[in-house]
Amino acid sequence: MIELDGLTKRYGEKVAVDGLTCTVRPGIVTGFLGPNGAGKSTTMRMILGLDHPTAGDVRIDGRHYEQLTDPLTCIGALLDAKAVHGGRSAYNHLLCLAQSNGIPRGRVGEVLETVGLVAVARQKAKGFSYGMAQRLGIAAALLGDPRVLMFDEPVNGLDPEGIHWIRNLMKSLAAQGRTVFVSSHLMSEMAQTADHLVVIGQGRLLADTSMAEFVRRHARSYARVRSPQPERLLDALHEAGITVVPAADGALEAEGDKAERIGELAARHGIVLHELSPRQASLEEAFMRLTAGSVEYHARTEAGPRSWGSGRQGGTA
Amino acid sequence: MSTHQPPMPQAPAAAPHWQAAPGGSYPGYTSPIPVVRTHLGHAVASEWTKIRSVRSTIWTLSVFVFLVVGIGLLVGGLVSAHASDASMSGSNPLSFGFFGVLVGNMCIITLGVLTTASEYGTGMIRTTMTACPSRGRVLAAKAIVFFAVAFVVTLVSVSFVAMVQSSMLSGSGAASPSGGDWFKATVGVSLYIALLGLLALLVGSMIRHSAGGITIMIGLVLAPLVLALFMATESLRSVRDFLFEYSFPSQLSVFYDNTLSGSGPTGWDPLWIMMGLTAAAGAGAYVLLRNRDV
Repeated sequence: MIELDGLTKRYGEKVAVDGLTCTVRPGIVTGFLGPNGAGKSTTMRMILGLDHPTAGDVRIDGRHYEQLTDPLTCIGALLDAKAVHGGRSAYNHLLCLAQSNGIPRGRVGEVLETVGLVAVARQKAKGFSYGMAQRLGIAAALLGDPRVLMFDEPVNGLDPEGIHWIRNLMKSLAAQGRTVFVSSHLMSEMAQTADHLVVIGQGRLLADTSMAEFVRRHARSYARVRSPQPERLLDALHEAGITVVPAADGALEAEGDKAERIGELAARHGIVLHELSPRQASLEEAFMRLTAGSVEYHARTEAGPRSWGSGRQGGTA
Repeated sequence: MSTHQPPMPQAPAAAPHWQAAPGGSYPGYTSPIPVVRTHLGHAVASEWTKIRSVRSTIWTLSVFVFLVVGIGLLVGGLVSAHASDASMSGSNPLSFGFFGVLVGNMCIITLGVLTTASEYGTGMIRTTMTACPSRGRVLAAKAIVFFAVAFVVTLVSVSFVAMVQSSMLSGSGAASPSGGDWFKATVGVSLYIALLGLLALLVGSMIRHSAGGITIMIGLVLAPLVLALFMATESLRSVRDFLFEYSFPSQLSVFYDNTLSGSGPTGWDPLWIMMGLTAAAGAGAYVLLRNRDV
């Protein structure tokens, strides 16, 4: 269990993490979500005692990180796959970590096997691809067979097969009763792994909710309809009391599960339809809406395609 | 590359006998791996694995041995071939080991800085500090391992050179060195060089940048002597003499009794001075390490 209590980190004037309070529970995968620069990595560094909090407190199974005498058997973390001396072999990298925590030497071979790096164990880490380095970082996290695991953006740089592997790994670790805390800036990734969500933006807690609850609240369903006779269709819909908003490509969107009604309406009025489909807004959209006000680095849209791009954005909010 | 088909998630297989949590206020997974209360010994074992498993250690130490032994043998050979009995009379044959050590110390400085600073360059320091949250323990373990390695390698090299040189020069009229001379020219010099390397290690920890740390250390070693050479005016005489007497090369030469300057530190003074410097740097490095974010 990881307990954050009013955790705050300031760098001069800039607040990186702002009074974060939440609990990461065992037995489930907890996703830690936020746009780039939201303070996810800073929070994780404070959990590991690498950065000193400006205010607040963080405990792992009730203890501060500095109080852990054999930290790797309490918490394993993958922060940065490149946090390895490139001249050292994978085996020696893991060996020096095992020795510092009194972990039996045999564990090194075991975790190398778990992550599939046995064949390259004696090679220097600097020759590793990003995916291999990521696996080595995961091996280091698993080394002490810890109760708490923390992964910072673990799927970055992995191929689809690797992504699939790590998703299953995280789920199986949680199923064993471990606490699994994994950060990401991709909602779609979290939707496939996490049972619980902690969302932050500009260092502040935006949501602390179960994945199911998040989906229920944010996944908007709507019907999408496209017709070569939009005026007639609009009239018919208006008559029936269905409000629609124009979508980017000239289609119309109606909130809720109205596809069947719209189809019947069109048939009754003899209106030609080119498309009629029930849709679900993606969780990614929901996440973007949630964090819209707190995105650190906005990409500027040059020569904004307002004429056809903004209608739907306005309508969905 | 076999990294591709890894066995499917087998973290549990690696730890086959996990049981349901035995309670406590924090439920969850319990590992079969015995819990060990770690101490400095674990950190030392870890640092030993680190220092022996990178090629920069092998390289810097090989070059060091090559310089100390090579220059030592060269100087010994030249002196025994060309010096007349008269010019050698009464001189200490061990003193010719000085030149190799003077050049070779750069390697020890480099290794010292790399031991700490390279972890910041690679990001390894975050892994290290995560594995051992006691920052003082990490610094102490690095210092112990490095000091031991530097001392042993220096002692073996300078002792070899001293023995070869004294046998080359025996019968050339040079004095026969006393036991005290031998002790200073071997153990004394090795302690001095290992301490200099330790100072470099601490500077590396404070600067957190390999190239920066090495530059600062080379500056410390060379600058006083170079500055003194350019202080020609009489008004700067006392400053010049001080810089000259306390510059690294002349302090090193004290161990060989052929003091470059006639005055200044004598006997074991340079070692005490270096100890004081290293202790101060150690305190500074510890305070910075404890208070800064990694």
